[in-house]
Amino acid sequence: MSDFPAMAPGRETGFLNRTEMLGAAALALVIFVLLPLALDPFRLNLFGKYLTYAFVAVGLVLCWGAGGILSLGQGVFFGLGGYALAMFLKLEASTPEATAIQSTPGIPDFMDWNQITALPGWWQPFHSLGFTIFAVVAVPVIFAFIIGTAMFRRRVGGVYFSIITQAIAAILTILIIGQQGYTGGVNGITDLRTLKGWDIRTDEAKTALYFFNGALLFACLALAQFVRRSKLGRILIAMRDREDRVRFSGYDVASFKIFVFCLGAAFAAIGGAMFTLQVGFMSPSFVGIVPSIEMVIFCAVGGRNSILGAVWGTLLVNWAKTTFSEGFPELWQFGMGALFIAVVLVFPDGLAGLWKSHVEPLFGRLKPRTSAPQPAE
Amino acid sequence: MFADYSWGELLSIFAMQGFAGLILFSVFVLMALGLAIIFGQMGVINMAHGEFMILGAYVTYLVSRLFETYLPSLFGIYFFVAMALAFVVAGALGMLVEWALIRRLYKRPLDTLLATWGLSLILQQIFRSVFGAREVGVTIPQWMMGSLPLTDMIEVPINGLFVMALAMGISLAIYLLMFRSRWGLQVRAVVANRVMADAVGINTGRTDRLTFGIGCGVAGVAGAAFTMIGSTGPTSGQLYIVDTFLVVVFGGAGSLIGTIASAFSISQAQSFLEFFLSGSMAKVLTLLGVVGILMVRPQGLFALKLRK
Repeated sequence: MSDFPAMAPGRETGFLNRTEMLGAAALALVIFVLLPLALDPFRLNLFGKYLTYAFVAVGLVLCWGAGGILSLGQGVFFGLGGYALAMFLKLEASTPEATAIQSTPGIPDFMDWNQITALPGWWQPFHSLGFTIFAVVAVPVIFAFIIGTAMFRRRVGGVYFSIITQAIAAILTILIIGQQGYTGGVNGITDLRTLKGWDIRTDEAKTALYFFNGALLFACLALAQFVRRSKLGRILIAMRDREDRVRFSGYDVASFKIFVFCLGAAFAAIGGAMFTLQVGFMSPSFVGIVPSIEMVIFCAVGGRNSILGAVWGTLLVNWAKTTFSEGFPELWQFGMGALFIAVVLVFPDGLAGLWKSHVEPLFGRLKPRTSAPQPAE
Repeated sequence: MFADYSWGELLSIFAMQGFAGLILFSVFVLMALGLAIIFGQMGVINMAHGEFMILGAYVTYLVSRLFETYLPSLFGIYFFVAMALAFVVAGALGMLVEWALIRRLYKRPLDTLLATWGLSLILQQIFRSVFGAREVGVTIPQWMMGSLPLTDMIEVPINGLFVMALAMGISLAIYLLMFRSRWGLQVRAVVANRVMADAVGINTGRTDRLTFGIGCGVAGVAGAAFTMIGSTGPTSGQLYIVDTFLVVVFGGAGSLIGTIASAFSISQAQSFLEFFLSGSMAKVLTLLGVVGILMVRPQGLFALKLRK
């Protein structure tokens, strides 16, 4: 796949180069200072939701931009992480006192509606927050490991991998909707109230969660940057561009792919769990084919080779989606469709690529040796 | 689970489920044939395939309305006119899309996937703006209504039989086109070795465009056939796209026989499971089975051996 541009010049050995440092600082400025100052709590909560998608986009930069693996099933991991936390919160909200009007008090309301009289065994461990946090990451990663091992060990890749992951997203959605007694069905798990007694529905809680999301996102960005800068990251890029040569050089290609796929799944799962907290529910409409492929477009618009770009892309596309679909729902569908086509035909490296090719040279001409205040890569 | 039924009843249940499975099989075959040409032969992922199908369905709807209004005496045969028109319209749009979009992306299959997804969103919105968000249905001609009683417990609907016959007819036509025509020879040459085909004077660009167009045209015919057994909405196409891709991949991309065999096994499995489980669980189990088998045998049922 020589069509992909090189990701980062090989001679850089530091953790962040000057541009990246400034880019990260600019992003931090926007997320932690400008947006909270400029927006009311409702809008800030929306941006908190967008930030949870950004986790997925960052994971996709590693899988797709660096590794060349396009997963169309990131919604699966987002959903598994989100559902795991939603199960914990639902159980906390379903105390026998709060659900006294049900025919079986003490179980989630949707189970009662579906004539289920006892909490299923696999729900039981989700009474524990410790187990839930473990499950948020572990379940999706194990799932990704199984899929990845099955596929990459047999050297299945490219579009076949994309189609299979998409099918898995479809299967999980049908399963969740079909088993509504155990999963809440098409409505999902709703009416979540408190986290260990802390009411997550208030404006203060949502704002606090926004900042927590931002901080966690930066932790993930740091981890992603560490991976990209490591030898592992370089092997991934080599693999993306000339898989055979990497294999002939003695590297176990499948293991690297499985690792990066699992890492992307973990990021998506963290995003899903944070989504549940920020928004207060989880439903199959964030699991299936459409959300999964939309998450890819967030990453593609920002720049598939740039972790900071992916965050910008996620925020921008979602902000545009909310703004336009409020006023002109029809136009937005066209806009979204055009975005998919444009990002492929016109600017395949996304905003980050446009920045690098069009804006940075301007800065270079104006002031030599001054880097851009906005992120590029 | 069998204890409550007598032998005769069981037999008719299996026959009925088998027949329902055959209708599903015909639907899968119709959907998958176009994709088998585009994806199997050209290696292009067309996520808008479902929308080409729906385009055919809407063309059929329009033709049926026209016949109802202006040519009520010929209403019995409108479907054949609609089918031909659906093929032409979907095929023409397909060639346009190939020229404007796909041909720039042959070397970037993953990007093709994203671009065609964008195309599908745009087409869906066009359908929604033109025909409205509600599903539309066509009036089925008189001769296609009703059912044939085979025994007193088994009845087969005529429109189902018609769709089946159509699926067989189109499969045969595609077989002849691929393996007995000049064009088919060129397509197979381009698939086997593009550079060599170019060198011996085959216009590979034109072959690609024609192949894509015919694949889309077949999708349009599939859409026309759909109107005989169900209604059409702007997003109906998306419902089928995963199934269709799985059918083609499961059959082994590049093998038309494989596509038909996999359509048969998937549809029969789903139809039989549906009787014992809920519809959604039947679908989940079938798809899981397919994905599971693909993980063990990624090349699908019938692998075409090609030097890459």
